[in-house]
Amino acid sequence: MERSEAELIAAVLKGDRASFEPLVAKYSPRVFATARRYARRESEIEDIVQEVWLKAFDKLASFRGEAPFEHWLMRMAVRTCYDFLRGHQRNRESAFSEISEPEEDWLERFVADPSSAAEDADAAKLLINRILEKLSPEARLVIQLLEIEDRSVKEIAELTGWSVPLVKVRAFRARGEMRKILARMAKDKYL
Amino acid sequence: MERMNIAELQQKLTAAARLQKPDDRVPYAFEKRIMALIAERAEVSRHLLWARGLWRGAVSCVALAAVCGAVSFFTPAARDNSNDLSQDFENTLLASVDQADTAP
Repeated sequence: MERSEAELIAAVLKGDRASFEPLVAKYSPRVFATARRYARRESEIEDIVQEVWLKAFDKLASFRGEAPFEHWLMRMAVRTCYDFLRGHQRNRESAFSEISEPEEDWLERFVADPSSAAEDADAAKLLINRILEKLSPEARLVIQLLEIEDRSVKEIAELTGWSVPLVKVRAFRARGEMRKILARMAKDKYL
Repeated sequence: MERMNIAELQQKLTAAARLQKPDDRVPYAFEKRIMALIAERAEVSRHLLWARGLWRGAVSCVALAAVCGAVSFFTPAARDNSNDLSQDFENTLLASVDQADTAP
């Protein structure tokens, strides 16, 4: 008979390490999907997910079972991704000169007629990924959670551990930061 | 060149990001890898526990030796030789011989 999550967690806490494996198998797809939103290289993504699981194992005693295990785990995943962003701010200062031809074409089309530049085009996806990489870690996390994943401010506060007013302030600054990056891109390309 | 509408571009690109569904693929036997790492760390932490205990013991021994050294170094030497430990030791050791010599 399949054991429930609570039973598995209780067994792990009693010292039965093997009971942790079904939890890893069940929730790894979600943790991988989260990590892939913040990191590009597969090796980095695997490192993030590995860290999330090792932290989860170490801190399992702090899981009180008031909220579902998945929520507790996703909090840990988001915070680990944020730590990763803070440690890997390599592409932020680079210029927009390395924009590929399809991205440039997409921008040209947008300038000529915004409605003709499709949102589902691969070039638009490449462009937004490039812009997200240039944001500060705080701004990127807020834009990702608030604008892209469409989460509420309260949810973001729970996921990140920031207070609700801090999330609001960071969201305001993040939108401004994104606009500045877009303006810089427009200036680099068209002035 | 016409001016770019930054606010509209921001909206469009955010919408493009929303359309990207992240891949939730998990590498083959990933859970086995995690379990092996956890087991490995448990082994390491056991060794670490021992090493930590031994280091603590070594540090306390060095500290005790340093205190004893300092006490013997800073304590002024006794002027009265009768209080000398070596003398006392010799007297005790040879007490029976001394008694035999003084016996009638």
